[in-house]
Amino acid sequence: MVIDILQMAIVLALGFLIMIPLGRYMAAVFMFKPTFADGLFNPIDNLIYRVCRVNRDEGMRWPGYIKAMLLTNLAMWVLIFATFMVQHEPLFAALNPDGQGMMNPFLAFMQASSFITNTDWQNYGGESTFSYMSQMFGLIFPMFTSAATGLACGVAFIRGLGGSVSLGNFYVDLTRGITRVMLPISLVVGIALVGFGIPATFDGAQAATTLNGPLTPASPTAVASPEANASPTPEATPSLTSQGQQSITRGPVAPLSSIKHLGTNGGGFFNANSAHPFENPSPVTNVIEILLMGAIPASIIYMLGIMLDKKKQAWTFFGVLAAFYTAFLAIDYVNEKSGNPLLSSIGVSAAQGNMEGKEVRFGQAQTALFANATTAFTTGSVDSMHDSMTPGGSVTPFSNMFLNMVFGGKGVGFINLFIFVVLGVFMTGLMVGRTPELLGKKIEVHEVKLASLAFLMHPLLIFGFMALTFALQLDLGAISNPGPHGFSEVMYAYTSMAANNGSAFAGLSSNTNWYNVSGGITVILGRYISIVLMLALAGSMAAKKTVPMTIGTMRTDNRVFAGVLVGTVLIIGALTFFPVMALGPIADHLAMVAGQTFQAAGS
Amino acid sequence: MPKPKSKTFTPEILVPAIWQAVIKMNPRWMVKNPVMFVVEIGALMTLLLTFSPTIFGTAAASRGYNLVVTIILVLTVLFANYAEAVAEARGRAQAATLRRTKKETPAKRLLSDGSVQTVSSSDLRKGDIVVVEANDVIPGDGDVIEGVAYVNESAITGESAPVLKEPGTDIRSSVTGGTQIISDTLKIRISANPGETFLDRMIALVEGAKRQKTPNEIALTALLAIFTIIFLIVCVTLEPFGSFLGAPIDVATLVALLVCLIPTTIGALLSAIGIAGMDRVTRFNVLAMSGKAVEAAGDIDTLLLDKTGTITFGNRLAFEFIPVNGHNEKELAEAAMASSVADTTPEGKSIMALAEKLGVKAGTLPENAELIPFTAETRMSGIAQNGHKIMKGAVDAIAALVDTVPLDLTKEADRIGGEGGTPLAVAVNREVYGLIYLKDTVKPGISERFADLRAMGIKTVMVTGDNPLTAATIAKEAGVDDFLAQAKPEDKIALIKSEQAEGKLVAMTGDGTNDAPALAQADVALAMNSGTSAAKEAANMVDLDSDPTKLLEVVMIGKQLLITRGAITTFSIANDVAKYFAIIPAIFVAVFAQLSALNVMQLSTPQSAILSALIFNAVIIPLLIPLAMKGVNYKPTSADRLLLRNVSIYGLGGIIAPFIGIKLIDLVVALFVG
Repeated sequence: MVIDILQMAIVLALGFLIMIPLGRYMAAVFMFKPTFADGLFNPIDNLIYRVCRVNRDEGMRWPGYIKAMLLTNLAMWVLIFATFMVQHEPLFAALNPDGQGMMNPFLAFMQASSFITNTDWQNYGGESTFSYMSQMFGLIFPMFTSAATGLACGVAFIRGLGGSVSLGNFYVDLTRGITRVMLPISLVVGIALVGFGIPATFDGAQAATTLNGPLTPASPTAVASPEANASPTPEATPSLTSQGQQSITRGPVAPLSSIKHLGTNGGGFFNANSAHPFENPSPVTNVIEILLMGAIPASIIYMLGIMLDKKKQAWTFFGVLAAFYTAFLAIDYVNEKSGNPLLSSIGVSAAQGNMEGKEVRFGQAQTALFANATTAFTTGSVDSMHDSMTPGGSVTPFSNMFLNMVFGGKGVGFINLFIFVVLGVFMTGLMVGRTPELLGKKIEVHEVKLASLAFLMHPLLIFGFMALTFALQLDLGAISNPGPHGFSEVMYAYTSMAANNGSAFAGLSSNTNWYNVSGGITVILGRYISIVLMLALAGSMAAKKTVPMTIGTMRTDNRVFAGVLVGTVLIIGALTFFPVMALGPIADHLAMVAGQTFQAAGS
Repeated sequence: MPKPKSKTFTPEILVPAIWQAVIKMNPRWMVKNPVMFVVEIGALMTLLLTFSPTIFGTAAASRGYNLVVTIILVLTVLFANYAEAVAEARGRAQAATLRRTKKETPAKRLLSDGSVQTVSSSDLRKGDIVVVEANDVIPGDGDVIEGVAYVNESAITGESAPVLKEPGTDIRSSVTGGTQIISDTLKIRISANPGETFLDRMIALVEGAKRQKTPNEIALTALLAIFTIIFLIVCVTLEPFGSFLGAPIDVATLVALLVCLIPTTIGALLSAIGIAGMDRVTRFNVLAMSGKAVEAAGDIDTLLLDKTGTITFGNRLAFEFIPVNGHNEKELAEAAMASSVADTTPEGKSIMALAEKLGVKAGTLPENAELIPFTAETRMSGIAQNGHKIMKGAVDAIAALVDTVPLDLTKEADRIGGEGGTPLAVAVNREVYGLIYLKDTVKPGISERFADLRAMGIKTVMVTGDNPLTAATIAKEAGVDDFLAQAKPEDKIALIKSEQAEGKLVAMTGDGTNDAPALAQADVALAMNSGTSAAKEAANMVDLDSDPTKLLEVVMIGKQLLITRGAITTFSIANDVAKYFAIIPAIFVAVFAQLSALNVMQLSTPQSAILSALIFNAVIIPLLIPLAMKGVNYKPTSADRLLLRNVSIYGLGGIIAPFIGIKLIDLVVALFVG
């Protein structure tokens, strides 16, 4: 217990220590200030601008920035979709040593959308579906570009808040985000991860003879880690297992593992994601991956303090986010530590807590850290199976994804936080007797509409598609548990997709046409609508006259406002989801405590 | 802030408003208020369910339950309409008071051939010239073009002392219809057509006939509409979720949940708050041309205040006796008193008052004394008695009169002049006794008002024609933040523009025609009713009492209006916490018995929980009507303190209050529902 808490405290402290220098560096990158690495990066960037014919001095107003972002993303989506559709062709056999077959177009639609939106929800098992070409150009490629897109939008948003009508140049921001932030860090960390035992190879699966010698295998899969990330797809079973033989899948895993977390992507090379020993072999790599996830989202908060020249404002935001982050970590850890009393009847000691779906090498503290980080930072990788969390523990991933602003993804997390800032300022700001002001700009009908519509999208997508699923009884057979837990499975899926998180509750066999199509739509709308609305808001605020601060102005950088912001998030954000939380995890938890179990309808 | 007497809630207002509330249920009216419109539709649905419980599906509640829900929903709508109706009725009552001054009166119209034609005041048009004589009622708003007369404006201002009116003086040339001329004759050019006078416009405004939503109100309405959509999504989708989990929810309960969650409290009171805010301004005898102007008053960053009349009384008053030439203060005070006994000017009176304060017996003009009046040539006045002359006057005039001019006289006189005061020399016979220091006197209490404004973050700028030295002295004494000395009208506009360029909102007062451009430029411009019609046209508020300090009240009212809106919004939304905890366990406890753990209020039964939440939601509206009408209690202080205070009361209070309220209602409801 003490060691657990110490572990968590150390990881949080390390994250804090990374935030400050990285935030400074990123501020320099996006404010075009000199950095130590200019000599290396300037020629690279300039070459890219020349080849792509980007005029790096051309500023874009918000509509132009949005247009550039959407067009670039669309072009990449087409490229990724095409990659998936041709991966089985003999022309690309060199990058398909394991002979992966043709992909279902519905699945390809879902996955292309999922990766380009930084969601990385996976309705497939990587080792059994994707060729190396698909892994690299369909998955690793958008891991950089989708992450850099989010970062660019966040930077543009902050510039707008700073009063700049030009939000910057999307292409330049995208390029600098990749070359100066994503690539160098993931390269260094990727190599380090190889050192910690993560494979990086283009060779195909390794055939090995098991110690058992020639036996008829009972279990088919090579790596007997827990259940599949998204779903144990029917075709997932490798055919390579024969008597005494084991096929050990491998590939360019280390580079993927680093950008997977740095870009808060979360799409795993293997079906088991970061629970797989080749993606996350030890507690050390586990901590590295956690720190990678938080690095950019947290640094953005520090960065905005520099970019807006409002350090105190940044620390206020950080304080609020850190409070939510720590509280959700505690909820997860305490519930998991308490375990499942229903299991004591079959001889599992409640004292060891809930270890179902967890990796023994990580234990409860590291697993709680990972689960909280992956849902807070919208990564979506998992080092344990969230479906196996105690219902109380699952409140943490649910809450992180419902709110979608506890640091959140790079760039977009802050944009989402700002929705609550605008709403909180507008409602309480009137109470100081002035038209509400935020960062020196008046919040008026246009801003209120944009922010509240951006907020509306999240519950609309989640509840809308859930309601369609249940009302029209679409693929209800995909749900693997009865009662509230089954309800939670569907809710988790759409929440994770709408939040562009990508982590899965598993348990839901979501590789069906309905989930592929509805999921693809959810990830796209969940990603772009709030970005578009909020960039429009930043553009509108930038164009406004700055109102000077006086003692009569409501401050947004002190403790009172921090309290207001927490209250707004809880009352507006969390309460919207209270009914479904009550039906899912809360009912589930209360039933567990009361010793009640649920029978599947058919059994 | 001084509270004008008001009859807030009298039966004459409260009773007819009930019928108005019913009339307002017409959907064409209701649709303007999206939140309450949703409640009305909900009521319609539950009404249908009362007659045919299975009309929307199989999950059906009993007729009685549907009926009770319908009744509560209808009451909720009625309460909301009632709030608006009461606010409007109070406005109309205010209008009726004003309209009494708007009786039709005969008017003597001057024709181009010089003859006079008697017509009704309603036949007068802009540009007509009328003649009014003693005891006539002035037939319409206009400007004096000829004559000097006293006018009783008590019908408008409540001030009983008659006011002098004469042409060409800006301040005194404007007259208002409905006031009465007491002496002499005036020729007046009518400046407004019937129905377009300031009174007419204000009556229209306070009656709500021309009421338009203010910018903040529009933004708030948008926010409430989108919140309503969000809760609509939450409630509508709950039906399939419940069905999947084996807990089908009846429509009446879903409607009840929806109505509880959408911000009905603020939705119901929003327009009432706006109307009441306007009404509060009117009660201060200020006519605001739009609600927007009142709201903008709350946002003011800089106040431009004319020195004379606003900050100072406008008369120079005795401040100090400075003896010279070896005399003492007592001697000087006695001499000053004697020289002033016949002086009825404010200066003279103030000299006597100051002398009395120093222990000199109040003097009267002795019988054998001769009065020497002030003339422009002598520039001195005083009395002559038994061959003695006691005189006071301009320093150089007195200096020419006396034998020797002591050195300290010149020195002290220069000092007083340098400080912005006016020195008067006092001489007995041919000997100088000393100086009277006359000073522009700052109104008592004004520096406290400015301190309040400073605490609210509002900058005050004094505008005066005085030289910078004088201005600085007064500015320091009054406690204004800045001053504009030797100000010409152009300087005022330039100052307003430069403040506005910094993003500040500027308010000012004015009365002269040469103030009009500045008034038009300012964000909030309060014109004096005694001012010219040009000034009034350019302003967006007119003070009927012509008291420029009213601007401070208007700022307070603007702030109070915004605070009231924010407070009730916050309260309304914070209420949702308790309502969730009342209704969600009630809906699902039938399937998941464990969810009763969420029933933290220990409400007796699911039905009584839902009804209690719904009843609380309805009755909170009439309970908050007085707050909406009177406004949140507001003391000037910094934004941080205001926020902390109001968030504690209306935010935390809004979370806690319904837990208590719903529990209490449940105790009663349980007796009937069982």
